[in-house]
Amino acid sequence: MSRRLYLRKSVPFSLLEVNLLEADNGDLARISREMGLALNLREMRRVKEYFSKVGRNPTDVELQTIGQTWSEHCYHKTFKGTIRTSDGREVRSLLKTYIVKATEEIDAPWCVSVFEDNAGIIHFDGDYAVAVKVETHNHPSAIEPFGGAATGVGGVIRDVLGVWADPIACTDVLGFGPLDYDFEKLPPGVKHPKYIFRGVVAGIGHYGNNMGIPTVNGAIYFDESYTGNVVVYCGCVGILPVKNYVKNAKPGDVIVLAGGRTGRDGIHGVTFASLELTEESETVSRPAVQIANPIEEEKLKRAIIAVRDLGLGTSITDLGGGGLSSAVGETAHRFGCGAYVDLEKVPLKYPGIAPWEIYISESQERMLLTVRENDLEKVLEVFREEDVEATPIGRLTADGRLELRYRGYVVADLDIEFLFSPPPVERTARWVRPRLSEPSFPEPEDLTSDLLKILASPNVASKESVVRTYDHEVKGNTVLKPFCGRYDGPSDAAVLKPLDGSWKGLVISCGMNPRYGKIDPYWMAASAIDEAIRNNTAVGGRRISLLDNFVWGNPEKPDRLGSLLRACEACYRFAKGFGTPFISGKDSLYNESPLGPVTPTLLITAVGVIPDIRRTVSMDLKESGSILYLVGATYPELGGSEYYRLKGFIGRSVPKVRIKEAAETVRAVVKAIDSGYVKACHDLSEGGLGVAAAEMAFSGGLGLEINLSKVEASGGLSRSDFVLFSESNSRFLIEVPEKVKDEFEALMKGLRFSPIGRVKAEGWLSIYGLNGSRVVDVSIKDLRDAWRSTFGG
Amino acid sequence: MEKGEIRVCILRVGGTNCDAETKRAFTELGVEAEVYHINQIAKRGILQESEALVIPGGFSYGDYVRAGAILAKGLLTKLGDDLERFIEEGKPVLGICNGFQVLVEAGLLPGFDGVGSRPEAALTTNIPVGYRCRWVYLKHENRGNCIFTSKVPRDVTLRIPVAHAEGRFIFPEGKEQEYLERLYENDQLVFRYCDEDGRYAEGRYPTNPNGSFHDIAGICNPEGTVFGLMPHPERAYYGWQLPDWTRRGSPPKYGDGRLIFESMIDYLTRKF
Repeated sequence: MSRRLYLRKSVPFSLLEVNLLEADNGDLARISREMGLALNLREMRRVKEYFSKVGRNPTDVELQTIGQTWSEHCYHKTFKGTIRTSDGREVRSLLKTYIVKATEEIDAPWCVSVFEDNAGIIHFDGDYAVAVKVETHNHPSAIEPFGGAATGVGGVIRDVLGVWADPIACTDVLGFGPLDYDFEKLPPGVKHPKYIFRGVVAGIGHYGNNMGIPTVNGAIYFDESYTGNVVVYCGCVGILPVKNYVKNAKPGDVIVLAGGRTGRDGIHGVTFASLELTEESETVSRPAVQIANPIEEEKLKRAIIAVRDLGLGTSITDLGGGGLSSAVGETAHRFGCGAYVDLEKVPLKYPGIAPWEIYISESQERMLLTVRENDLEKVLEVFREEDVEATPIGRLTADGRLELRYRGYVVADLDIEFLFSPPPVERTARWVRPRLSEPSFPEPEDLTSDLLKILASPNVASKESVVRTYDHEVKGNTVLKPFCGRYDGPSDAAVLKPLDGSWKGLVISCGMNPRYGKIDPYWMAASAIDEAIRNNTAVGGRRISLLDNFVWGNPEKPDRLGSLLRACEACYRFAKGFGTPFISGKDSLYNESPLGPVTPTLLITAVGVIPDIRRTVSMDLKESGSILYLVGATYPELGGSEYYRLKGFIGRSVPKVRIKEAAETVRAVVKAIDSGYVKACHDLSEGGLGVAAAEMAFSGGLGLEINLSKVEASGGLSRSDFVLFSESNSRFLIEVPEKVKDEFEALMKGLRFSPIGRVKAEGWLSIYGLNGSRVVDVSIKDLRDAWRSTFGG
Repeated sequence: MEKGEIRVCILRVGGTNCDAETKRAFTELGVEAEVYHINQIAKRGILQESEALVIPGGFSYGDYVRAGAILAKGLLTKLGDDLERFIEEGKPVLGICNGFQVLVEAGLLPGFDGVGSRPEAALTTNIPVGYRCRWVYLKHENRGNCIFTSKVPRDVTLRIPVAHAEGRFIFPEGKEQEYLERLYENDQLVFRYCDEDGRYAEGRYPTNPNGSFHDIAGICNPEGTVFGLMPHPERAYYGWQLPDWTRRGSPPKYGDGRLIFESMIDYLTRKF
């Protein structure tokens, strides 16, 4: 080992030449590790090959740039790579084969720009479109929950700004380990779920509230596997006039960096996110977590929207993972240009930062714009007026090269084509069906206490104490809020009225069922899609678009990839079946910790519209005497259910989606809502009919009498507890006034549905079992108290 | 003056974030409302051309130090004399949420001894601690001094949402009774937190959402022309903003918050 791998360049600042040309395989691996590149040997050899051709060694700036650009986080190697399955199939690009394919085949006329930019864009109303994006920020939140979650919100807001859209709402879906997790069982490097929970919740509120963007929809989910791998999904919706969606950058345009200053925070964020978490993550990767400043982003937002309205920008992108390296490279690549950047011009938080650090820092609240030379002064004036720093740092060029300079020296000179052609990834996938069996236990005579326990279980219980720490009202456009009814019931979806001159509403909902994935990720994905869509439908949403966000373990392990593949297969089939295109998505892989891999988790976000917000339906019961219908058939599907969990089982009878029936049900419910027959509507999810009925009753302050023998049951359902707690998909509970009974039933013709009970004035829930005896007998006050007991109000 | 001639100046700085919906409330009532950065107001003398000033909600300058403290100093240094004249002329100043915090920090509310004195009260950390977004009921207490509630009958209960972490109104220790008496004497008390049936919260959470002394939600100056409140009337302007309008089948046209903007415009059309 006499070769020196790193040679200091004789320049008046820190710049290394990395001796790649003489490096053997061992050296290559060592360089990747020591420089934090997270590149594998194959990729390192490709880099060496490139520089051999060029005939010189790379600088540290160049290697870091390549490491960022080729990271899983930036390039999505797994989703774009080739997968060989254990049964001999070859899948070229999960993204194209399943996700994009569904969208292309549905060919929805409302899609404006999908899978192209930082956010998916769909038509909304008249001249307006909405942009939607959901991101994950799991790794940073595991290390530093407050900063990790806050910058997750900040990042996804910039994604939306990055398509010239004005952010109007945020969503957040969180996954934590059990809050009562035994401290003694925590391995070194893993923080207690309660600490992470508090930090994440505070971080999300801090950013959204301070920026004045309402947090309107979300969920909190608890799973043992989230103890070592916290799950933080942050979503943002923005609105823009379609004509302002400008991308026409060309060589000669000036590159302007706007917003916060660049510092050492967020170095190697993306490579960190593309590795498993270890005991050392805390010490090694702490600098990867960025620092949040929502007020800076609020000002930046105003300036960007002003630049947009003046038509002064030719392209825009946010600085997120990979910092400048990713923003500059992707902008140049997208417009078939080269780029020249003078790193010395980048405003810094403090001196002494090496050029490679400047180029890959993920400091927050920064955006990159390109503007025509003639407009530069006007653009800078807009930023000055908002007290936001904006600096021209370079130009787009025509030569297809990325040239970085620092103090007059060229510190990087790379071919952009090479930079965006990492060696394709090939991985193997093998999914083995887990050996699970259906449990056997006696049917309880009384189901009241089980119902109360399920209402209080962490995944079902009210999250009001968290949700009220987020401002869901700011901007004054939230029509249906997270809580509805007389007694703060859980809304199925949020409805917004984004335009003053229009009654059209935007409907935002989500679906997620990690427990089903423990049985079969295929049906988990199907269920998440069904749940997101039925939540949207329940309030009156239609014309739905979907976002897919995968949180999985290390894809280099065949079983993790096998389950990912199965989920993707379901995404294609069920999105297509419902006619709901994917418009954006993101994958977060490598969610593994000393406690093991994350439970594969797919979040589906659904964005629909309602033609007139005054038709919005909430889930609280409205009037005594109404009929309660259960629409959709109930099957013996309790695998992964809350009821089985309560009894200590997983089971194997995972809920399926019968796509033809499901799509017809959704259409019929929308029709019934538009016809004005629906007084209240609630989807059936965790806890099945029992939980949905209880929630509708206590939210409206009214009672219910239900007869389980009236339920449209299939497949040999012979137990009252199974009918009450089955989690079969595609089902709705609908309150219909007696006087429009016939009209409603005519609309439902051909579907599996039945009247199962009646709304009562007295605040009492009575449920009669299959044999006619009373199985639930409880006041709605007790139901509500149980629901609110776990996290408080 | 005619409605259409009224110009409302809505002030913003970095971190202000309720300006758009506040502007919408005024525009809907047929007056001209514009949002200006404080730098523009100072530079272009916007105050002299305006009939009303509104400081909307948000987190001005991040609410670092104390909520509203930095903007309060900015207000006095950048607009000081103009603002004093503005208030002396009887032109209305409305502070909503963060705006209320600013007015209190600037010593403009309760303003027992006129403009420019030190703060005589504070809006401090909620009890229970933390940011809360919820709808509350407000009992109208004013006997006719406050120009912002002239359209609200006395003792009527309004329903408007709050969203803040620092809304607990307090007086200096030992001065509570004395100052409270002055509030009553001067008819400066405007809103108190109450329940749906109009019974005072008596400090009980969440009816009183922040632990405010005497359930105080909003007060005005002795002249009744400067008014601050923690709840957001611009979020209760339309019926469809109500949290449970879906129980009625279709939303009512307006919410209770509109009355405050209407009262303000009514005053301006009569007085100027």
